Formats: sequence, C-alpha cells, structure tokens
Amino acid sequence: MEIVYKKSSNFIEAGHSFCPGCSHGIAHNIMMDTIDEMGLAEKAILVYPVGCAANAMTYVKPNVVHAPHGRAPAVATGIKRCAPDKFVVLYQGDGDLAAIGMAETIHMANRGEHVTTIYINNTIYGMTGGQMAPTTMMGQITTTTREGRGLHGEGQPIKMCEMISTLGEPKFVARYALDNAKHVIEARKGIKKAFQMQVEDKGYAFIELLSMCPSNWHLSPKDSVKYMEEEVIKTFPLGVYKEEV
Amino acid sequence: MNDKLFVKGSEAIAEAAVRAGCRFFAGYPITPQNELPEYMSWRLPEVGGTYVQGESEMASMNMIFGAASTGTRCMTSSSGPGLSLKAESLSCALGSKLPHVMAIMMRGGPGHGIIFPAQQDYEFAVHGPCHGGVKQFILAPSTAQEAVDLTYSSFDIADKYRTGVLILGDGFLANTIENVTFPPMKKLEDLPQHKDWKITEYDPNHHKLITSYFPPEIMEQENIKMGQMYEYWEEHETQYQNYLMDDCEILICAYGSTGRICEEVVDELRNEGLKVGLFRPITLHPFPKKVFEEIDYNRVKLIVSVEMAIPGQLVEDIKNYVARRTRVEHFGRSGGVLINPGEIKEAIHKMVEE
Repeated sequence: MEIVYKKSSNFIEAGHSFCPGCSHGIAHNIMMDTIDEMGLAEKAILVYPVGCAANAMTYVKPNVVHAPHGRAPAVATGIKRCAPDKFVVLYQGDGDLAAIGMAETIHMANRGEHVTTIYINNTIYGMTGGQMAPTTMMGQITTTTREGRGLHGEGQPIKMCEMISTLGEPKFVARYALDNAKHVIEARKGIKKAFQMQVEDKGYAFIELLSMCPSNWHLSPKDSVKYMEEEVIKTFPLGVYKEEV
Repeated sequence: MNDKLFVKGSEAIAEAAVRAGCRFFAGYPITPQNELPEYMSWRLPEVGGTYVQGESEMASMNMIFGAASTGTRCMTSSSGPGLSLKAESLSCALGSKLPHVMAIMMRGGPGHGIIFPAQQDYEFAVHGPCHGGVKQFILAPSTAQEAVDLTYSSFDIADKYRTGVLILGDGFLANTIENVTFPPMKKLEDLPQHKDWKITEYDPNHHKLITSYFPPEIMEQENIKMGQMYEYWEEHETQYQNYLMDDCEILICAYGSTGRICEEVVDELRNEGLKVGLFRPITLHPFPKKVFEEIDYNRVKLIVSVEMAIPGQLVEDIKNYVARRTRVEHFGRSGGVLINPGEIKEAIHKMVEE
C-alpha cells in the first residue's frame, strides 16, 4: 500500500496541550512536513516566542531557542549573523509579533535578515485568556473589549503583511488561512517557497497564517471555520503582498 | 594592531573584547559610551566578526541572546538608562545560561540622568537588575588598563559559569584617554566550544532547547543550583584592591573611578598624620564580604564609603557587612559632579573631629 500521508518525523512522540480546533497543530504539521521534505532538520534552528505558540517548542526535534516576549526577531538576527549556514525560522503569534515585538519585527524585516517568519494571526491573545490583540477586528468581543473593539479608542486591527510589504528588503510577503484543505495546501506551498528562499540565501520572507482559536472566540471548531470565512478573511485579505524572487 | 595604544576607556574595552575572542556586538547609541560601539563597527569586520546596530537597547540585548546561543563570544554596551531597557532580556539570557559580556557606563540620576561621571547605578546593577532573582558578575575597573584586563578575562568567566559579566564604569572611565597595553589576540579554536549546549550542534537524540521556562520542580532545582553557584563565586571569585588597609584606623571604601581618586586621598591623609587605608572592591558581585570579617574593629574606628552617588548606595552594603561593629559614614558627590580629592579629605577630617 502506498503511504500518501504520515506525521512528520520532526515531532517528538508526546502529547500536546493545544485546544481542539486550534490551528497551531496544522501550522506545525505543514511547517515540519516541509522541513522533512527539504531535509532541513539538522540545519534548522527554530525561534519560539511567548504565548500559545511556545507550547510547541518541546514537541519538535530540531534545536529551539525560546526568545523573550516579542524579541524573536532580534534573537534570530543574532543567531543567523553568527551561524549564516543555519536555517532559522521564527514562529510567532500576533500579540508577540505585532504588539510587544513590533519594533523588532519591522527592523528585522527592514534589515532583510535571511530568515523566515511564520506569523500566526488568530486575532486574539490565546494563552492569557482571550484579551484584545493588535489584530482584533472591529466589533470583536474579547475579555478586554466586552462591547467589541472600536468603542473606546482601541484603534483598528494592524495588518502586518500590508505594512511589511512597504519595506525595501523583504522579498516575499504573503497571507494564507488554515480554515480548509485548499487554503492549507496553498499555505504549505507558500511556506515551501519561503524556506527555499532562505536555503538559496535570497532574503527575508514573511508568511502570515490566519488561524482559529475556538476557545477564545467562544465558538465550536466548526463555527470557527465559518467565522474565519465570513469575518477574518474579509478583514485580512489573503494573497501575496510582495514577491521579488 | 599595536599592543600599546593611547585611547579612551571605551575603546580600550572594545579592543580588549576583540582580543578575548568577541566576534559579535550589538548596541544602540547612548552617551557616554558611544565610542565603544563605534570602535566595534569597524574593528569586528576586520577580524571576521559582526557588528549590528540594534533598533533599541532591548533588540541589541536580544541579538546578544541569539549570538550567545550559537556559542559565539558576544558583547553589548550601554549606559544606566540602557541597562533598565536591557533588564528583561538580561534576565532571560541569564536564566537561559547564555554567556555574554556587557559594559555599562553609569549616569547621574534617575530617568534621563545626566551624561557626566556618576555612580548612581550601583544599587540597580548589584542588587538587580533582573526579575527572577538571577545574578551575574559585576566588575568595576578604576583605570583604562584595569578595564582592559577585566574585559579580557570577563569572557572566560562568562564561559566558565555560563553567566553574564557586567563591566560597570562611568563617563570618567569611558572618556579619559590613557596609555594601555593589550594582551595578545586569542585564537578562536582555543576557546571553549560548548558542544553540549550550543544550538548550532544538532543531535537527533538530544533536542537542544535554550529557555528560562521550566515546570515547577525543575525551576526550583535550577534556582537552588544558581544559589549554590553564587555562594561558590563568593568563595572563589572575589577581587579587591587592598591599599594600606593592614594598619589603618580609618578605612575608605570606594570602587571604580572614585576608588582611583581615593588612592591619592589615602597618600595625602597619611602625610597629614591620619592612618588611612583603602578597600576597593573590583568584583561588586560577588562582593568581597569576607574582608569585613577580617577587619580588627578595635583598630578601625571609622569606615567611610566614598561614592559618586547621593544618597549613598555602596554605604548601605558596607553597613550591612560591618553590622554595627564600628562607625560607618558616607561621603559623595552626584548628578555628574566629579568628586575631587580635596573635598574628600576635608570631609574625612570633619568626621574625625566629630
């Protein structure tokens, strides 16, 4: 019988602590699968942030550096400049990347460090219990915007692909969603393209993955998919924002 | 490059770091230490190293975090306000056991402070500056030559204990131009390779994870080990200068630039008939506490902590170690006003008369 799909060999055989319906698992599957396919495990150094995204740092086989909150881009800069032959991937959530780590994110992108960012945008702070994130949508209810974002001077959601694509050095900036098979396949292709760019030393790539957080959206996994299609993708349009490869 | 140079303290520290094997530097412009990153920006590429100008103090410190995790000898520098900004990542770097060196030139007060020579950050640096109860080495050179020697050895200390070394100076040390002699350039292949933990070494059977986040039982064990290490440092790694302490009746305690100024004060007061000595701690952490157990308190009637800090900071530690066995006083200038020997002498004469 032909094996058409198997779990990536880059996972440690252990349980995990992600909630049902969370997209971190899918994001990790396609990321690790691609690392497998491209034979990058030995060269890989994964830089994890603070937040739910960091849960995975003990589930994976490649070497991991756990950065302070929001500072993964600076940590990754130090790593890649000292070990340019290594394959450095940053895995960050929206609170980590677009709030506390905004300066580091923009400046690393602007220096065009030869690394890859995988940016998980689920429009909310997950690990701390569902507070407003920089990406929370207008009207979206969170534990710190009980009547919905936008009524009390919270501003509007920050769109990272749009911002980063205005900079000179980034070479590939794209947004995907993890809500259905078609979108996941497209995301996987985008990740592979970004990884290939790093292998060929072609510059910085930024991949945003719109992700679901049923626990803090207070929706079932099924309704979360619907919410993604009807709300999230409308606020954060999918597509390639910059490509200079 | 010549082994003897006539340079600023900041530049002397930078060259000593390069010779000690430092190959990565990240920093953010802040006075009074700009000559240090400026020197690194052209000098490191000459020896195959990397200089990155960070977008902030935090970013610079985190670049050091990343560089250190590859086992590369690395350094950052800043001033007192910058240390506040670096504190978060410093705690993470120390908690993650990443060896690194930083030079901090203190400023004259809270907030923006003032750029002129002062020692207002003893308290912050020595009793902090990190959350989580973590500590590191704090070295206080008093001359450019001593700064060279301490910087050169600081990378070995950092590697030996997988910790941080903070070289604490001020605008006087950073900007005074002096003659210094540099030690030889170290060969990178002779340095510790850290194969067991650096993340550039891959072993499929040994997942390498650099973090400061642990489950409770492991976290407690980590903290216990850290505490034991600090006790070991106090036993084996303290350094201080004893200048005419052994027969003194009045003991001046001073570190860094003030310590250097006080050496002259001791000589002059001895000529004026007072039996004065100087205790100059070089390691502010681990602090040479044992010195205060060896003092003959029947002979030493007065201890004066001389600092460029108001209110006194070192004096509080001295009082703690002396534990009421003799009189302890403070004399200081602050706010960037350079302390001078004449006023120190006058203050001590006055204390003696009281």
